[in-house]
Amino acid sequence: MRDELPDIDCRGLRDQIAAGDVKSVAVTKAVFEQIEKHERTIGAYINTFKEQALAKAQKIDDKIAAGEPVGKLAGVPVAIKDNMCTTFGATTCASKILENFHSPYNATVVEKLLAADAVIVGKTNMDEFAMGSSTENSGLKQTVNPWDTSRVPGGSSGGSTAAVAARFCYAALGSDTGGSIRQPASFCGVVGLKPTYGRVSRFGLVAYGSSLDQIGPITRTVGDCALMMNVIAGYDPADSTSIDEKTAPVPDYLEKLDEPIKRLKIGTVPELNAGSDSDVQKAISGAIEVYKKLGVEIVEIEMPHFDYAIAPYYIIATAEASSNLARYDGVHYGHRTKNPKDYIEVYTKSRAEGFGKEVKRRIMLGTYALSSGYYDAYYLKALKVRNLIRGDFTKAFERCEVILMPVSPTTAFKIDEKVDDPLKMYLSDIYTIAANLAGIPSISVPCGFDKNNLPIGLQILSPAFSEDKLLRIARMYEKETDWHKKKPVIS
Amino acid sequence: MSELQYKVVVGLEIHVHLGTKTKMFCGCELSFGEEANSRVCPVCLGMPGVLPVMNKQAFEYAVLVAMALNCEVAKFTKWDRKGYYYPDLPKNYQISQYDLPLSRNGFIEIPLESGKTKRIGIIRAHLEEDAGKNLHATGNFSQVDLNRAGTPLLEIVTEPDMNSAAEVRALAEELQRIVRYLGVSEADMQKGHMRFEPNVNLVITKNGKEYKTPIVEVKNLNSFRALEKSIEYEIGRQAERFLETGEVMEMGNKSTHGWDDIKEATVLQREKEEAHDYRYFPEPDLVPVELTEQWLKDIKSRLCELPIKKQMRYVNEYKLSDYDAGVLTAERTTGEFFDEVVKAGGEPKRVCNLLTQVGLKLANEKGCSVAELGVKPDALAQLAKMIEAGTVSATASTVIFEKMVKAGKEPEIIAKEHNLIQKSDAGKLKKIVEQVLADNQKAVDDAKSGDKKSKKAMSFLLGQVMQKTKGQANPKVVSEILEKKLG
Amino acid sequence: MGKRINQTEARKVAKLSRLDLSEEEIAEFTGQLSAILDYVAKMNELDTTGIEPLAHCLPIRNVFREDVIKESLGTEKTLANAPQRDGEFFKVPKIIDSK
Repeated sequence: MRDELPDIDCRGLRDQIAAGDVKSVAVTKAVFEQIEKHERTIGAYINTFKEQALAKAQKIDDKIAAGEPVGKLAGVPVAIKDNMCTTFGATTCASKILENFHSPYNATVVEKLLAADAVIVGKTNMDEFAMGSSTENSGLKQTVNPWDTSRVPGGSSGGSTAAVAARFCYAALGSDTGGSIRQPASFCGVVGLKPTYGRVSRFGLVAYGSSLDQIGPITRTVGDCALMMNVIAGYDPADSTSIDEKTAPVPDYLEKLDEPIKRLKIGTVPELNAGSDSDVQKAISGAIEVYKKLGVEIVEIEMPHFDYAIAPYYIIATAEASSNLARYDGVHYGHRTKNPKDYIEVYTKSRAEGFGKEVKRRIMLGTYALSSGYYDAYYLKALKVRNLIRGDFTKAFERCEVILMPVSPTTAFKIDEKVDDPLKMYLSDIYTIAANLAGIPSISVPCGFDKNNLPIGLQILSPAFSEDKLLRIARMYEKETDWHKKKPVIS
Repeated sequence: MSELQYKVVVGLEIHVHLGTKTKMFCGCELSFGEEANSRVCPVCLGMPGVLPVMNKQAFEYAVLVAMALNCEVAKFTKWDRKGYYYPDLPKNYQISQYDLPLSRNGFIEIPLESGKTKRIGIIRAHLEEDAGKNLHATGNFSQVDLNRAGTPLLEIVTEPDMNSAAEVRALAEELQRIVRYLGVSEADMQKGHMRFEPNVNLVITKNGKEYKTPIVEVKNLNSFRALEKSIEYEIGRQAERFLETGEVMEMGNKSTHGWDDIKEATVLQREKEEAHDYRYFPEPDLVPVELTEQWLKDIKSRLCELPIKKQMRYVNEYKLSDYDAGVLTAERTTGEFFDEVVKAGGEPKRVCNLLTQVGLKLANEKGCSVAELGVKPDALAQLAKMIEAGTVSATASTVIFEKMVKAGKEPEIIAKEHNLIQKSDAGKLKKIVEQVLADNQKAVDDAKSGDKKSKKAMSFLLGQVMQKTKGQANPKVVSEILEKKLG
Repeated sequence: MGKRINQTEARKVAKLSRLDLSEEEIAEFTGQLSAILDYVAKMNELDTTGIEPLAHCLPIRNVFREDVIKESLGTEKTLANAPQRDGEFFKVPKIIDSK
């Protein structure tokens, strides 16, 4: 008998499990049956943990039967992007260089999920070391879009978004450095939130662009995003860049979720929207109309430096990455080349063998930008442009509370369409990158489909540490629409 | 090289291990001699996903030293990554400080002879983490131990103000003294707590013109002796080389030499194809530090009188010898105890002798400092006064001091109990002297004779009086009586 | 396409990055990096005089931890992922030159 895969969100599921109406074991079994049915097509997971997941589910069910208190995600099957360290399974970052790396510690967010009694289904596929916008740069396997298996799921958190869309889990964690949660969320028709820089601990997140990386939730609904934030947000003494409770206390993101914001002013940037495909533009305009009907005032704003965001991003992120990835050298852990002739070859050959092309390209770019003679022209200049971009947001948020725009200029593109032209791939990050540079939160919510029935995402950006408001504003839109209720038919 | 006239120019880079309990960025215990790789955690191992968190104690120790070195302490300081690949550097970058170090522009005074000092400029002092250790085992491989990786290091860079190997050694020893005084580092050379890298060259004067030899940086120096010897060696080698080749300092011809302790020579290290490009950039995982006035005041309150100041005070004010002043100031507790005893009224020279000849020996035996011997400053001052007044002889005072440590009693009581009070009553002593003279006619004649034998005879007679009084006669008084009687 | 970077420079960068790249890869990367750097030069259109470089987006300073000992991993766990070990050490081919 096939177990039922309850068609509800995490909140609903958790409540039913906690009430004993649904058994976590049954749900977990159903999730794995879904995986067994479609994972060969989709390829969302690098590793799954069926035995351990069922054991954990059983434990949770037993606790509940015994009347013991259980956590906020009790019994809910969730997935984790494979660049977050776990003591169970390998942590590969979808790279050959870490294919057999077993972390002796859990990332802080993983500890939090475990403490909340979540059931971990597996580690999801991604672009290698989070470098990419399609998951095609994975060094280990391919993931396809559940809505159209000839297309990419987006990246770099493509495995996580595909898993949520394909019902291989009820929620997932992703990471976002230049759009890596939001863009794949928009391509897969799910919700993805990049929190404010410093809101969620980075301890245990394998670093790519340290001053840009953030971990965030990927879910089917805005409410689930809020629930996940309640679990993962907060100060971590192990992360010097995590914000302390005094400077920015963590609110209860669910508390006022369904309360609309009165006298809301939303900013839009028409020149920017004009740069996206017509279907995307239509969907964004549609979203604006929905807000207008709710009595929201729409303000046209300018972001004069927005167009310049990609350049400094690719200097800052790659510079930091070139340094962050220096540790993968075949000496203390990870892949080592066979028969190196000296210790230098341990480095040069292990890294050449273990890293994929895109990773090598970005390391080269970053090293070049930091090297003697070029530092001022590239890295230092990029940090100044970053300041200008943050300035644009500060000015904009004086006139509106949030900003609306597309997530991506296109919907999911075909596999292999952009692999040969790295610059073309980089340019598709145009809408998402600025939020990472400025450190502000941003969410992608489903807002329509194009003529090929491919999902389109609406991006909403808000000031630092205002995720509670951001989620409420996203919820206002979600309540009026049912895009988020649609699910892909996997062929 | 007597034909060559030259000036020696040396600048020194020193790395000091700070004596915190844990590493700079993680809670691994700092210890010595443990099993390899037993004091390592994901952070100092540079595992994927880890992040550093700064040790507050290490930071404050660093600021304290900077203050003791008379540096300007930065109100705003930040961290940078210094990138290079090496097996003992797990992240393949070192977290250090580049353009905004925590302190700059200071100086250290080193003792020269006879109470003089020389000022050596300090360019900067900053905080960074140490790497692990590469061990070169037999065979074609090397071993890596990361126990030391992440140890807090204070890097100090001096101006090239030193002009001899002796001065360099003096600076190294002075720095060791300072960090020990401040309690921020054990500075034990055997444990590798201090490492030196001198930059040496010569300014040669020949036929009225000046020539600078290329700068040589010497590495792998783990003792003061190696430091001094390597500089002496370099001086000789550079002078010789100049005579041979006439090579002078140019852009890019600075070289690195390693010190071979067995050969007692510097050896040119394998030339690298290019100079290091460290690609410094701001450390994104650490936020900057801002030092408030209050915080600076707090740290400053932990400063103490520096050893050089104490030493100069002892030589110039108390007229103690360079050597004695050095002994008293070798450890902070000794000097501070000495100061307290002098404050309580002890005459400095007497107190000095008591401590250097007796006190330190006893403390060494007991394995503690002189302040922990159980003798109060007042009591020791009292003993010093007794010697000054002639109540006890210097010899007796040794015994008394030892007994004070054992029994914890006052010096007068001990002196009385053990019959160590000197007899200084001239009247009483006169009778004994007369007795001795009567019993030793030959000696008396010799003493009176005025030739070579008389000194010896005087000593003999004095000795006889001391014997008769069981050593309790005040030898000064006895000598005076003998002089009077024998002319 | 500009000649922002040539093959000699690319080889130098590969060396600094400790990447053993084939000649084809050097040629390919040189072209691609040149194109990217050409695009990045767009930044120079912006006048940034008087603008402070923004290295951190956070308004925080002075983050420290107390000097308290925490348990280390222990030798076995530390070496568990080591590609090669020699007893309680990591093992690498002999390091001949020095830092």
